[in-house]
Amino acid sequence: MQNVDFTLCEGEIHALMGENGAGKSTLIKVLTGVYEKDEGEIFLKGMNKAAVIRSPQDAQKLGISTVYQEITLCPNLSVAENMYIARGKGAGQNWKKMNADADKILKSLDIPAKATQQLSSCSIAIQQMVAIARAVDMDCKVLILDEPTSSLDEQEVQKLFGLMRDLKKRGVGIIFVTHFLDQVYEVSDKITVLRDGKLVGEYEIETLPRVKLVAKMLGKELDDMEEIRDDSLVYKGKDADETVFEAKGLQSNAGIKPFDFYIKRGEVNGFTGLLGSGRSECVRAIFGADRMLHGEVKKNGKKIKISKPIDAMKNGIAYLPEDRKIDGIIGDLSVRENIILALQVLKGFFKPFTKAQAYKFADEYIKLLEIKTASADTPIKSLSGGNQQKVILARWLLMNPEYLILDEPTRGIDIGTKIEIQKLVLKLASEGMSVTFISSETDEMLRTCSRLVVMRDRKVVGELSGEDLTQNKIMSTIAGGDR
Amino acid sequence: MKDKKSSSGGISIGARIKGMSDTNLLLVITIIVFFVMYIGAMVFQGGSFLKPQAFLNILNQQAALIIVSCGLSLVMITGGIDISVGGVVALVSMSCAVYLDYLGGNIVVSILIALAIGLAFGLVQGYLVAYLEIQPFIVTLAGMFFARGMTTIVHTNPFNVANEKFVKLKDTRITIPFLGSNNAKGMYIPAYIEIGVIVALVIVIVFFCLLRWTKLGRGFYAVGGNQYSALMLGINVKRTKFISHLLSGILAGIGGFVYFLHIGSGSPSHATGMEMDAIASSIIGGTMLTGGVGNIIGTFFGVLSLSTIQNIVALAGLDEPWWIGITRAAMLCLFLVVQSIIIANKNKD
Repeated sequence: MQNVDFTLCEGEIHALMGENGAGKSTLIKVLTGVYEKDEGEIFLKGMNKAAVIRSPQDAQKLGISTVYQEITLCPNLSVAENMYIARGKGAGQNWKKMNADADKILKSLDIPAKATQQLSSCSIAIQQMVAIARAVDMDCKVLILDEPTSSLDEQEVQKLFGLMRDLKKRGVGIIFVTHFLDQVYEVSDKITVLRDGKLVGEYEIETLPRVKLVAKMLGKELDDMEEIRDDSLVYKGKDADETVFEAKGLQSNAGIKPFDFYIKRGEVNGFTGLLGSGRSECVRAIFGADRMLHGEVKKNGKKIKISKPIDAMKNGIAYLPEDRKIDGIIGDLSVRENIILALQVLKGFFKPFTKAQAYKFADEYIKLLEIKTASADTPIKSLSGGNQQKVILARWLLMNPEYLILDEPTRGIDIGTKIEIQKLVLKLASEGMSVTFISSETDEMLRTCSRLVVMRDRKVVGELSGEDLTQNKIMSTIAGGDR
Repeated sequence: MKDKKSSSGGISIGARIKGMSDTNLLLVITIIVFFVMYIGAMVFQGGSFLKPQAFLNILNQQAALIIVSCGLSLVMITGGIDISVGGVVALVSMSCAVYLDYLGGNIVVSILIALAIGLAFGLVQGYLVAYLEIQPFIVTLAGMFFARGMTTIVHTNPFNVANEKFVKLKDTRITIPFLGSNNAKGMYIPAYIEIGVIVALVIVIVFFCLLRWTKLGRGFYAVGGNQYSALMLGINVKRTKFISHLLSGILAGIGGFVYFLHIGSGSPSHATGMEMDAIASSIIGGTMLTGGVGNIIGTFFGVLSLSTIQNIVALAGLDEPWWIGITRAAMLCLFLVVQSIIIANKNKD
């Protein structure tokens, strides 16, 4: 993160926006002393010197309190204890006074909890509010809420907002970090946008309509949106005839709203939306990587059951996961072993491939995808990111899938490889494979996809194809249409 | 926290259970089970169970275990474990025995030796666990081997201590008026407890208060409940863990001396498996291995329950060691199942 100015006034709710990795968390962690700053100064009201913040305790003393996304309270203690533990002087614990004080604060903030209740018996929303109550009672002037609403339901969110507005009236400045655009417009007064660790700007909420906010977050200006396309790459959307896979009312346990989905033979489609809008969750649901709660999947019009990834693989679906380090590669195995892994699983572990077969497969794909590796026996972890990605791609292509899902296949790899992968996707599609392509880079999606499913706040909000496939249209759909 | 009377009052028991913290709920269960068991034994087996001395003998025999279990409960509440305590008890007994018998030392110094050994184990193990962040199981396993090994180095063979002053202290009986009974010849024998019992009771009370009414004590619960949260709430997690191991070590030292005072001898095979008895007692007393839940009074009753069941089995004529083992295992299982069912039901909605 570099060169960010941030100003918070008394009694205002200030939303901090940006995609993942934009530097929101870093900014907060510097403000609260978790990270050390290299440069710059932090000033607080009534101080003419820059504040020294080296630890969360320092920040708390200065009146900066943070409520984190995951609740940092002890579930086995009572509500009152959670509010007062590790505070105050003396070694003794005065239960009567503590409970009375806690009840008073809970009542004044209108939080429906009893001081003597064990914290684990409260709902997540109440627990979050208890954390806020603790912060308020520590006489905080700045309250930082880091993704407070991500695990709350609609009603609980409203309760939390009520509490935030109440605190605002008391003169507390609140920094509100969230992915949910609707929520920002509901409570915030100001918005600061960060991108790639840099400040994009600070805006009054009235002056920044949603679509502009999205543009700022993605780093595209509305006007110079139409980029020069590399025509040789653009997918000439053809009307494919038959629907290969179809999903109805699909919902997984990863928190996405039910959605419908279909893909035709030889079609390339995409999921777009801001990071955290549920793009990956959708494809994970189709692949069976998350547990399916509702809905059904049909293949060629026939109902199939996908409860775990192997079911999907048996039905000809391949999935290249978003984070290759976590979900994809097995670093200590060789390139060859990584390539044949999926096919081996499909075939069954008790019928291993012969060495010659394995080498044949590996060499074939190393050549086809131009994987730069010393040999098929090199451990995959010694390869560059782009080449690792190609190995994983080879793994799935070896299965000869009917439907290939690529989740962020081009992240963190150089531009040349990116274009190669895009070309490959188009080639595969022209050979009759159906492909779903997900990328954070909209222009990449525009180049490869003939149909885009747009997501916002974990919900499918629209579908774009043909003429509508423009940057402007995508952004306004992501933002919710109020252009 | 709520009051502990679950049967009285106008509110239904279900509602009362809901309002209770996990710690108090488990404590109530433990106490109820102990009394049901003991009264059951009095009614159905009668015999020596009817004499108050039978109860006092449990205390006399288990004073050391009570003390050691208190220390273990502390560590378990913070989410750790200490399996070195049995070894420390053996080492303390042997060291004090050698000192008093061969070297003719005095009792005050022998007590200091016991404390020093316990303190040393607590300091080193606490440092390794808290500041070097090594798994407590591994650290205290090493501690256990070390203590057992040292015991044999101090002296190889079991022997009885003949130091006069010590024997006098060992045989000191504190009689309790009105609780005596007549023996077969009709002679009145007063009821008594040993000095160790007083020590054990004082420690139970002190540590109960420590856990209940001090910030340090509540810190143990917080660390056991969620270490990361405790850190974010501003608790010095490392220091808290260190202190829990330190106290456990010191209590093992004190427990070692009380054990020695009761048994009056040194032997490398002393207190074999005592750490396991202490863990079992803590669990029966409502301390959870996962940390954050537990109570010293519960641990006290846990020890009593464990030895009562042993006496019941012995009195029923099943005196072989495997019967005792099997009944204890059954009891431990029963408690764990009952605890998890009740906690699960309570937190269901």
